Amino acid sequence: MTNTVGEFAKAKLLFCIGTNMTEAHPVAATYLKNGVNTGTKLIVVDPRRQELADYADIFAQLRVGSDIAFLNGIMNVLIREDLYDKRFVEEHCENFDALAAKVAEYPPERAAEISGVPEQTIIDIARMLGTIKPAMVIYTLGITEHNTGKRNVMSLANLQMLLGNMGVEGGGVNPMRGQNNVQGACDMGAMPNMYCGYQKVDNPELNGKFAKFWGVDSLPDKPGLKIAEIVNGLPSGKVKAFWIFGENLVATEPDIKHVSHCLNSAEFLVVQDIFQNETTPFADVILPSAAWCEDEGTFTNTERRVSRVRKIKEAPGEAKPNWWIFKETAKRFGHDWPSDSGQELWDNEISVLCPAFAGIKFARMDAIGGIQWPCPSEDHPGTPILHKDGKFSRGKGNFQAIDWIPDAEQPDEEYPLVLSTGRRLVHYHSRTQTGRAIGFNERMPEECADISVEDAQALGIADGETIRVKSRRGEVAIKANVSKRMPKGMVWMSFHFRDTNANHLLSGDVKTFDPDTLTPSYKACAVKIEKIEKQVV
Amino acid sequence: MGTSPVTAIINGKTITAQPGMTIMQAAQANGIKIPSLCFHPALASSGACRVCLVEVEKNPKLLPACTTPLTEGMVISTHSSKAVAARKFVVEMILIRHPLDCFSCESNGRCDLQDLAYELGIEKSPFQEKGSVCTDYALDDTNPFYIRDMNKCVLCGRCVRACDWQSGYHAIDFQFRGIKTTINPPVGRKLEESDCVFCGQCVQACPVGALTEKKAVGQGRPWQSRTVRTTCAYCGVGCQLDLHVKGDKIVRVTGTEDGMPNKGRLCVKGRFGYDFIYSDDRITRPLIRVRKGEHKSPDDEFREASWDEALDLVSSRFREVIEKHGPDAVGGVSCARSINEDSYSMQKLFRMVFKSNNIDHCARV
Repeated sequence: MTNTVGEFAKAKLLFCIGTNMTEAHPVAATYLKNGVNTGTKLIVVDPRRQELADYADIFAQLRVGSDIAFLNGIMNVLIREDLYDKRFVEEHCENFDALAAKVAEYPPERAAEISGVPEQTIIDIARMLGTIKPAMVIYTLGITEHNTGKRNVMSLANLQMLLGNMGVEGGGVNPMRGQNNVQGACDMGAMPNMYCGYQKVDNPELNGKFAKFWGVDSLPDKPGLKIAEIVNGLPSGKVKAFWIFGENLVATEPDIKHVSHCLNSAEFLVVQDIFQNETTPFADVILPSAAWCEDEGTFTNTERRVSRVRKIKEAPGEAKPNWWIFKETAKRFGHDWPSDSGQELWDNEISVLCPAFAGIKFARMDAIGGIQWPCPSEDHPGTPILHKDGKFSRGKGNFQAIDWIPDAEQPDEEYPLVLSTGRRLVHYHSRTQTGRAIGFNERMPEECADISVEDAQALGIADGETIRVKSRRGEVAIKANVSKRMPKGMVWMSFHFRDTNANHLLSGDVKTFDPDTLTPSYKACAVKIEKIEKQVV
Repeated sequence: MGTSPVTAIINGKTITAQPGMTIMQAAQANGIKIPSLCFHPALASSGACRVCLVEVEKNPKLLPACTTPLTEGMVISTHSSKAVAARKFVVEMILIRHPLDCFSCESNGRCDLQDLAYELGIEKSPFQEKGSVCTDYALDDTNPFYIRDMNKCVLCGRCVRACDWQSGYHAIDFQFRGIKTTINPPVGRKLEESDCVFCGQCVQACPVGALTEKKAVGQGRPWQSRTVRTTCAYCGVGCQLDLHVKGDKIVRVTGTEDGMPNKGRLCVKGRFGYDFIYSDDRITRPLIRVRKGEHKSPDDEFREASWDEALDLVSSRFREVIEKHGPDAVGGVSCARSINEDSYSMQKLFRMVFKSNNIDHCARV
């Protein structure tokens, strides 16, 4: 996020697109509601009439995967009606003409035709954005989990630059990160092209800096493989040894059958985790990890806030801190790593190697709480808002002319519905944690498929009836939840339960992924639903 | 309202406060404690309990500190004999219908009413006629997360305001009148059928034992536990939690009132989803696959191994693959749930030791 969660409560206008915040980020949603109750205007854009829509001044129920056309339509109106921030665009952005030419191809009537959002609603949203400033753009995986994920994000950046809503309180482009430390895993360089602190592996100077600090002659300078490439590289033998730390890939990657086949092909597979899960049966070696509350360290939240995580107990049995496992492995290759605790790793390595975290130290966090990066020195208070005064990291903000393209897998005669997937309030991902915390299974013992009243009626399906959801990959039998919040033609499911996991249905074919990021299309999969005919005894 | 600071005298001490502050806020900002039940700094004041009545010079009546704005030159006494007498009377009235079962009450030792009675020297309510007015509501404990005992409710309304403002649901409110007043979900509906999302914000706001965490029952007294601040293990908001820990067991979890970004707020998972760490399902020893045939099979078993054996095996197999097929033939996925220091170490292992940049995690998912 360029901005902070607390700003939701005092912003003038919130533009929420593809975020089911009340379930996926419940505490953030409480600030949004505080804002709405005290005068903040709210625009909600989502294929489902989810809870946020209940509080919205304008709700736009767009078709799955039509985001770019819809956003281009809004920008078309902003430019046509002269509602954009000319000064910001002139002073802080470039490539405006290309953007203007592109969005000119998306008049609201065309955007309406593609997105299903009425033309007048698109115009109303543009006018609200054009007259109430600043506005915060908030999004989650409804934007990124498409084959156009990166282009969707860039379209939102276009919109906020056009409106001059960057670098100010109550503005910005704000992705809500899903896991507690997914921001941190990026920050720490668990990415094929960057070291910790977003320092590129193919930059000779930075590559040299890390090699020197770690005391080795050289480091590889070619960006590595992304998750999907690693997994898909297993059957062909391109990748032979695979180490999975704390990810239940079989349950959480699309197309369970495909992922299982890939993992089964691994010549050697290490799984390091706290529980046995769908992935551990494929392992050659399973390493027991210390869990939350069993080690000292830090998490970085969606606002770039690095906060302390503390230990209250020892790990059970012989389970060990994860950094210890990596350190002991390095030792077997002849490397004796100096740091022996979370604090030593952060204070003596991470914050020293990364200018953005240089001013963040354990003692400081223990004294004042979490600190938001960039924080270049120990007397720096941290940075709640990025791009202050319109200063972007590359200099000027670069508009991108972006065309709408449809999702990779379109509904057809055989599979006429679109399945989107996500998280529900009461459970978390593959339920390894919430499934083992008292009360959660009782509150939500099984998954259901949310379907529209229209589709249910057309097929004669009753609420609570067990139906079959089928895709080109597989099928699951699951209870139908007939909901007025669902639009006709759409199915929604989570991936919390083993047998009804939506990942049995989704495509694991990288051709359906975002070509740049290789993010799977978790939000757009063609399916059909069937009544399960009762057998006559 | 002016913008210059307001000066007043509380208990003989000259204080300054920001304009617009109530007497209660000004007192708190200056380190002066005024007793209260219904006041909570994160919630709008309601003036419901009257425990915070203070004496203000030139005012014939006592004034509730939580709803009275501080004005220039006020001379306030928080513990004058008149104020204390009134406070005592108010608490005695509240105690008419409050059971004195502190022995078994989950909130013993962290109950504002108990503290007040102690400070004011009240043993029991002088107005209580035997059994006549004590309420007899059934315990509401059908949900898995918290228990509602309306017999202990002091009607301060903090839970109603917490649900409304800190959670944004308004699942509960006052019902009925007079001695029958109670706080409930909509008439005729169970909590499970209401708008309640079981975030437990009401439980955290309750000053007495009317709302308590189910998993905390019998797990430990406040004076037996220590408080450890940490960061939530679920979504990316990064809420700050206070773990109340006895020995190595979490008794209960509350949101850190001044923690950022949540300022005391939590969701159902953050507040109640902690006990997975104690599950008997935890993997406790390194395990090595024993193949039944040449290829991997679902029938294969795992045997326990020492760390030395397991890590020697991992290292030799990775070394073998790297030597035979080059460093690009290894890959790793790090964990988006674990601490930064773990992800740093894993990418360091892959880059520095294995000489491979094939390290990723689920960031783009």
